[in-house]
Amino acid sequence: MTLSNIVVLVKYVPDATADRKFEADNTVDRVGVDGLLSELDEYAVEQALQIKEKRADEEITVTALTVGPPEAETAVRKALQMGADKAVHVQDDAIAGSDAVATSLVLAKAIEKIGVPELIIGGLASTDGSMSVVPAMLAERLNLPQVTLASVVETQGDQVRIKRDGDTATEVVGGTLPLVLSVTDQSGEARYPSFKGIMAAKKKPLETLALTDLGVEPGEVGLEAAWTKVESVTERPPRTAGEIVKDEDGSGATALVEFLASKKFI
Amino acid sequence: MSEVLVLVDHVDGSVRKPTYELLAIAKRIGEPSAVFIGGSAQAGAVAEAVKAYGAEKVYVVDDAEIKGYLVAPKAEALQQLAEKTSPAAILIPSSAEGKEIAGRLAIKLASGLITDAVDVTFEGGEIRTTQSVFAGNFTVDAKVTKGTPIITVKPNAAAPEEGAAAGAVEEFAATISEAAKTAQIVASQPRQATGRPELTEAAIVVSGGRGTGGDFTAVEALADALGAAVGASRAAVDSGWKPHTFQVGQTGKTVSPQLYVANGISGAIQHRAGMQTSKTIVAVNKDEEAPIFELVDFGVVGDLHSVLPAVAAEIEKRKG
Repeated sequence: MTLSNIVVLVKYVPDATADRKFEADNTVDRVGVDGLLSELDEYAVEQALQIKEKRADEEITVTALTVGPPEAETAVRKALQMGADKAVHVQDDAIAGSDAVATSLVLAKAIEKIGVPELIIGGLASTDGSMSVVPAMLAERLNLPQVTLASVVETQGDQVRIKRDGDTATEVVGGTLPLVLSVTDQSGEARYPSFKGIMAAKKKPLETLALTDLGVEPGEVGLEAAWTKVESVTERPPRTAGEIVKDEDGSGATALVEFLASKKFI
Repeated sequence: MSEVLVLVDHVDGSVRKPTYELLAIAKRIGEPSAVFIGGSAQAGAVAEAVKAYGAEKVYVVDDAEIKGYLVAPKAEALQQLAEKTSPAAILIPSSAEGKEIAGRLAIKLASGLITDAVDVTFEGGEIRTTQSVFAGNFTVDAKVTKGTPIITVKPNAAAPEEGAAAGAVEEFAATISEAAKTAQIVASQPRQATGRPELTEAAIVVSGGRGTGGDFTAVEALADALGAAVGASRAAVDSGWKPHTFQVGQTGKTVSPQLYVANGISGAIQHRAGMQTSKTIVAVNKDEEAPIFELVDFGVVGDLHSVLPAVAAEIEKRKG
């Protein structure tokens, strides 16, 4: 099998270094907080580009796909600047508040609409919801194998081999295209967009799709259709800084031992 | 009382601690039924182990046919078991594989999924979960509103409760589709035993960062004195001082121990995301301006290479 199409899943998330917050309906505030392409998705874009570069004779098209509010265009733009060939942005007011289940539905329908590629690549997790389940859910919906959480990726012909650092073992996992792949931040440093890349991105196709284009009913997605409900969100009281001592000739160690003893750790 | 399915977390039949924590949570909701997907030769020992922590039933799914495959066959087996038993909930350890099994299962069963719960309660017939989000800055109280609640639970979410139960073993023959047998594990290298507790399960974690300068001797000595696991910051991992499996933070492990000791770690948001919910936080750092000191219950401004060995020696002395 030749590889002709790669779809990379990218997400627009609130900047983790900004003051992230929630809306009154307990959904993540995606508009009032500065957002960007989820850092962990950059590694997915990078792997797609590396595979395309390694298999230069196969004329591979890399499509960045996102689902999100109008601002999410920033995320696919960044992917285009890095080197993706085109972008698809599914945007519909009805999608706001969707859980991972509904998000995976919209992604699956969008992928069916643009044509199921041989390879779908996602990141380790989003930096906001950080569930790490969308690649698995998407694989389930598209009835594809999943080869996930790769720290090393190798492809040859229709074979994909990855290294996966599990909790108890490091595994080598193999699969045959078509499949869903996800990669970790160990898979290779993501490139910065070059000036040339930034200029070229402006001319690359960016298609916006609505739910009607995908044949998804508004009632199947969004907050009301979610299979889970957030009852409340509470800001954790900031940790009040405790006692800080300066070590002078071993006084720090003595004080620390006393503290640990007072808390019954020793 | 309805059954609550608990997926047994094990390595070749050796049951891992999070399983016992899940059984304790399952008891709050209904009758705990452990689901062991593994070798039938190990089933007896696994049943004995989970029975001592409250498993009324132990479903054994022989994995002879599916052992070498990732995630999908386990999701199919759980789906079939759930359809047969109509459980009140399905509890799965929040490991990388656990979450992916849960993701597939949620679609199969058309059921809501909550991941990374740090607590699960049952009141007035309703299962509620607590999650810690946005680097531990917010606590989310949620519930599943459709289908069978599928909940992945983080290690240390509950204390294991000993107490013998029936532990009735029942073989369950799952029918695994060919489509599920497509992502194959072609090689597996078990993690080298360190003799220390597993990072995510440990009651105490002692971590080192850039400030170690690559020398973890003092960090490890303190960890051993406290019976703790050793962790590392991303800076230490990126410098090649420790493998990625030691990394605590957004792209590594999230830990929530009773005590977290950060040594030579500045405390960037990405690191905080992995340890902020620890019960007690201690830091040792030369830089008194390090942001980690904003989080600590106790901090020492000083050189970890002199402070830690002295602390370790004093602890050993007190232990006698």
